[in-house]
Amino acid sequence: MTEKVGAVLVIGGGPAGIQASLDLAEMGLKVYLLDERTTIGGNMARLDKTFPTNDCSMCILSPKLVAAGRHPNIQLIMNAEVKGITGEPGNFKVRMKRYATYVDETKCTGCGVCAEHCPIEGVNEFDMDLAPKRAIYIPFPQAVPLVFAIDPGLCIGCGECKQFCKADAIVYDYESEVESDLSVGAVLLAPGYDLVDPKVKTEYGYGKFPNVVSNLDFERILSASGPTAGHVIRPSDGDVPKRIAFIQCVGSRDAQTGNTYCSSYCCMAALKQAVIAKEHTEDLEAHIYFMDIRAFGKQFEEYVTRAEEEYGVHLHRNNRIANLVEDSNGDLILRYHEEAEIFEEKFDLVILSAGARPPREAKSLAKALGIKLNKFGFCETDGFTPLDSSAPGIFVCGAFSAPKDIPDSVAQASGAAGKIAGLLGEVKNTLVQPKEYPAEIDVSGQEPRIGVFVCHCGINIGGVVDVPAVMEYAKTLPGVAYAEQNLYTCSQDTQEKIKEVIEELKLNRVIVASCTPRTHEPLFRNTVREAGLNQYLFEMANIRDQCSWVHMKEPVKATEKAKTLVRMAVAKARLLEPLPVSKVQVEPSALVLGGGIAGMSAAIAIANGGYNVHIVEKSDRFGGHLNTIYHTLTGLDPQEVLEETRKEIEEDEKITVHLNSTLEQLSGYLGNFESKLSDGSTVKHGIIVVATGGLEYEPKEYMYGEDEMIIPQTELGRRLAKGEFDAKNVAVIQCVGSRNEEYPNCSRICCFTAMANALRIKKEHPETSVYVLYRDIRTFGFAEEYYNEAARAGVLFVRWDPESPPVVTKENGQIVIRVTEQFIEDEIVIKPDLVVLNAGVRANPDNEELAKMLKVPRTEEGYFLEAHMKLRPVDFATDGIFLCGLAHSPRLIWESIAMANAAAARAMTVLSKGEVESEGATSVVDADKCRGCGDCEEACEFGAARLVEVEPGVMKSQINEILCKGCGTCVATCCNRAITLRHFRSEQIMQMIQAALDLEGKT
Amino acid sequence: MSSEGEKKPGSTGGEGWEPNIVAFCCNWCSYAGADLAGVSRFQYPPNIKVIRVMCSGRVEPQFVLRALELGADGVLITGCHIGDCHYLSGNEKAEVRMKMTADLLEMLGIGRDRMRLEWISASEGEKFAETMREFTERIRELGPNPLTNGGEDSG
Repeated sequence: MTEKVGAVLVIGGGPAGIQASLDLAEMGLKVYLLDERTTIGGNMARLDKTFPTNDCSMCILSPKLVAAGRHPNIQLIMNAEVKGITGEPGNFKVRMKRYATYVDETKCTGCGVCAEHCPIEGVNEFDMDLAPKRAIYIPFPQAVPLVFAIDPGLCIGCGECKQFCKADAIVYDYESEVESDLSVGAVLLAPGYDLVDPKVKTEYGYGKFPNVVSNLDFERILSASGPTAGHVIRPSDGDVPKRIAFIQCVGSRDAQTGNTYCSSYCCMAALKQAVIAKEHTEDLEAHIYFMDIRAFGKQFEEYVTRAEEEYGVHLHRNNRIANLVEDSNGDLILRYHEEAEIFEEKFDLVILSAGARPPREAKSLAKALGIKLNKFGFCETDGFTPLDSSAPGIFVCGAFSAPKDIPDSVAQASGAAGKIAGLLGEVKNTLVQPKEYPAEIDVSGQEPRIGVFVCHCGINIGGVVDVPAVMEYAKTLPGVAYAEQNLYTCSQDTQEKIKEVIEELKLNRVIVASCTPRTHEPLFRNTVREAGLNQYLFEMANIRDQCSWVHMKEPVKATEKAKTLVRMAVAKARLLEPLPVSKVQVEPSALVLGGGIAGMSAAIAIANGGYNVHIVEKSDRFGGHLNTIYHTLTGLDPQEVLEETRKEIEEDEKITVHLNSTLEQLSGYLGNFESKLSDGSTVKHGIIVVATGGLEYEPKEYMYGEDEMIIPQTELGRRLAKGEFDAKNVAVIQCVGSRNEEYPNCSRICCFTAMANALRIKKEHPETSVYVLYRDIRTFGFAEEYYNEAARAGVLFVRWDPESPPVVTKENGQIVIRVTEQFIEDEIVIKPDLVVLNAGVRANPDNEELAKMLKVPRTEEGYFLEAHMKLRPVDFATDGIFLCGLAHSPRLIWESIAMANAAAARAMTVLSKGEVESEGATSVVDADKCRGCGDCEEACEFGAARLVEVEPGVMKSQINEILCKGCGTCVATCCNRAITLRHFRSEQIMQMIQAALDLEGKT
Repeated sequence: MSSEGEKKPGSTGGEGWEPNIVAFCCNWCSYAGADLAGVSRFQYPPNIKVIRVMCSGRVEPQFVLRALELGADGVLITGCHIGDCHYLSGNEKAEVRMKMTADLLEMLGIGRDRMRLEWISASEGEKFAETMREFTERIRELGPNPLTNGGEDSG
């Protein structure tokens, strides 16, 4: 057998590709992150806000971009594609081709002077062609890597950029394309999706009527950093639209385009856009025309309700817009029917909710890597292995396997990383070397000797601010031993220079006055560390982004401000102190709570990664709720999978089984937990995975329990599987115990169950009539196919309104259901011999007690609440604790499995390190001052501040520096000033305030 | 929403007095918004000096008081929008605290208008610039900090 390679190729740099890369890199694997674009970020970088939290997309994505861009184990390969593959799982050779950007990425500083001088203008694809770009460009300001690129289609080779580039980064004579090979152990596909071109739906006039835009166009229009600077205006005349309409399912659920699948995210995206547009323009009227509103995710239904009730978004159910026409004002007239009548409505702007199609590179990827695509052109996967492509060793995540939203994509990304860790666990840390730094110089007791490096940034700073004057001024400030100016302080030669000066002049503090610490602080911290200084002895003054660039026409005042900013930095630098990074050994084992399919899958994934696992199951048998399910929508038998999984759990030597057992007591924290279990054992473990599952709701409605002809869906499934089904007339009622006042959200799985059961009945008992009484059918993704199939098989779908739900009665021994059908607006009477209640999902009631023990939050419905709904779906805010499956929210089986792998991967990023490091800039408590009031414990979201009984009856706060994130909220909360946040100490900030206001510059 | 205010710092307020303003910006949203204003070249008056903190929840009332005591004419605190906080709820705590601080300023006769709390996201470069323009103008209208002897105020 050939030797395995501890490296992974990740294809696609959207949120999924980035997450997977970060997880893999943290697990000690070398990552090549390849994208055919010149930057990472994918479609998410285009979004203005994200549902259901209305988070600013760039705010939450940008830190991930930066993290991926500067991770020592991740190498970005931009503007490239894959051409072929040889080898086997564990040891592949991948042929790739890179296209030249004509800019030397090792030299470009991202200053942008080149673009300012470029005379050629084209359209920026990133802005959906709504804004211009130069022939040398970055697609968006937060781009990672921050390296300009020449668009060879636009460039005329005039040489202006080359002339003005002070970094000498422009290289016209690069070869236009270069092929090379990469050695990797596994490949992960995350190329995402492309938007269906709305032009193919000619009836909506996209491309013809200027005021018809796509959903992604509209994201850019809404975005504060988009082409209209966040002003919602319509393209034809720049007017502020007062009436806007969204047309759903443009190129989704659509036989005409062949895209009969559902794109899964467009309903929520449209609702979000309507809400955000209304926040921009208060008196705006927003109408959404849709077939079913598919709000099946965690807390999505509540979002729909809020959009409708709080924001007054108008929802027009059951509408497929036939066409629209433009009038002479550029307004658009929509024709639609409601309750069998035809209406016309006029709008200022129409947004087409275009669906997802496979990424444009799907076919070439499939050919190059030998993977199968499904009939729609997405990556083919099997029912219970959603993260495996058809080729062993090549994994898939995100929208490439089926259209899905960001949290599901991110969960899959971590899940795929977990599977790869299982494959390559034995060769982790073979291709990445932890960086060695020289021993730290002890600066204690030394007077400050500060070195100040003032950057010209080409002409970006020097063109406005008098840099030599700032440098000379810096020399006069107390504590400053040295100052100099640099053309580019970030260039490699300046790093060497800084190190030399530190050594030569025995500097013990360093200030760089240049751009923003958000992007450049890590670089300079690294430099001072290489010179033997503690990284916290470094400070930055932002004299570019927050000075020269924003006061371009006031050079004198800008220079004065730059001096003030340097003075402030020096004031803080004098008080900087070396901060130790404490390390804690990690107990290399895991505790998994819950023995359903999610818990078992997580346990196996972690064990495959090489760690010991304790799995705790309350009952006497593994399998959880899945024990009651006998067939899936795709025709698979979960019992087979369950049996195999159980066997794996029992046979795996790394897994210790605790049946009939629960967690009784927990102590410790990330890396060092200790648990007492009810079976009497005490377990030490580094992390916890919460997989406590959910329950089926026990109906109170529809005469449940009063008649044996009324059963829940699991009983129907059982009867079908055991051959006990003999009904001739079945009525299935949907949304039983879901989407109501008591339980506002959707249970996600019941529509799938309804289709699975209905199709099986129709297949095995074709003479039986099946009625499905529903509110919205939510067969998202490719499951839409089964909805269509059920309709073709003769299943009768009856839509009811929540205002008038079906009424079940018993008359003369006969069950009678009366329901008002929404299409025909008439009452239908059904006399079934079997009523199936599709009861929703409920959170496990044990969660309440467990949440208290783990000190983690829950939603109002009792599910656990993750750290961030969009980008951290399987993490808790408290480090070292992860969640998956129905503990999170209702999930399908394969989703639970993917999520379990994700939780395992996230857990393994901790376990694989052997030790965890604290952030140096954390809070510390002065025990003498602490009065033990507990305000800090309450203020801390991360479980870092805890009251501890230090002697009988005396409570003191203690802050765990491993868990502390350094936000400083506890400091400002403490009424007795007992807490200090290192690196942002009150006296440091006070000194900065004083320096900012000291107009004579005396400090 | 135009940038008309931007061109005239120094042109009003008599005697060459210029407002001196300290702004506390959280690292994740509003400091990033300030950087984006720069990248986008949105111009605003140079009267404002930014102090970066990791979270608006770090800002203590005494920072505001100290700044005013030392002669700042205005203090601005900016953070992530509610719901967007990188540390989940630091900005909510800042909101409570700064409301209290504003009441205190009113009681002390400094006036609550000299302090402002604003939510600015990482993609709101224009909002950052506009807030800086507008707050500078507002402070210009209010005149010099009454606690200082500076400007034309004598007591």
